[in-house]
Amino acid sequence: MTVRVQTEDFDVGAEINDLRRISPNIGAVVSFVGQVRDLNDGDNVAAMTLEHYPGMTEKSLAGIVEQAQGRWPIANVLVIHRVGELRPLDQIVLVLVASTHRKDAFAACEFIMDYLKTEAPFWKKEQTPDGERWVEAKDSDDQARSRWQQ
Amino acid sequence: MITVLYFARLKESLNYSTEEIDLPADVNSIAALKLHLAKRGEAWANLFNGKQTIRAAINHALVENDAVIKNGDEVAFFPPVTGG
Repeated sequence: MTVRVQTEDFDVGAEINDLRRISPNIGAVVSFVGQVRDLNDGDNVAAMTLEHYPGMTEKSLAGIVEQAQGRWPIANVLVIHRVGELRPLDQIVLVLVASTHRKDAFAACEFIMDYLKTEAPFWKKEQTPDGERWVEAKDSDDQARSRWQQ
Repeated sequence: MITVLYFARLKESLNYSTEEIDLPADVNSIAALKLHLAKRGEAWANLFNGKQTIRAAINHALVENDAVIKNGDEVAFFPPVTGG
């Protein structure tokens, strides 16, 4: 498992190549890439700043990956989350899950993203034409996570 | 003595991000610490009067209101998270 919190961008292709080559037992790599949108809640977004809780963030992400590893047979996982100032079209987050079969990788990738969105200590502040505002958490994200607890 | 950290909207409302607090004997849970902080004045009351959802962590782990605080802990308060 690798968890990284960084300001720099990441190269999805290079990361997939590093992950899939660790074992010929891997038959599937599922990736999720999150990207900054230029529109949120009906307003134009020029840029956003991502704040986090250094120390807790890494532990939180590692804990989420460990939970996924407990539920599905996974060969390897990579999570990269960017912080600092980002603009529309910038990549924010990458989750890669490698497993023998695709079903486990798809499920684990969704699980990791659903928990990341509701538990990992990141906060987005958007710059809109009306000024800066903190992004509000969404009930739909809590619901997405709670389906894994049933 | 505990260390208390504030993030995002809380940090901006209070104008600082960290402080050391000498815990009174009766303040031994997240709920009790919130009540204790809410008595400091208007900005504090607005954040900790229970009307806003404030999440808490102790020593880097998310906790609920009934979690026990002890000397030496690092306690953090922040709004619901919005990463990803």
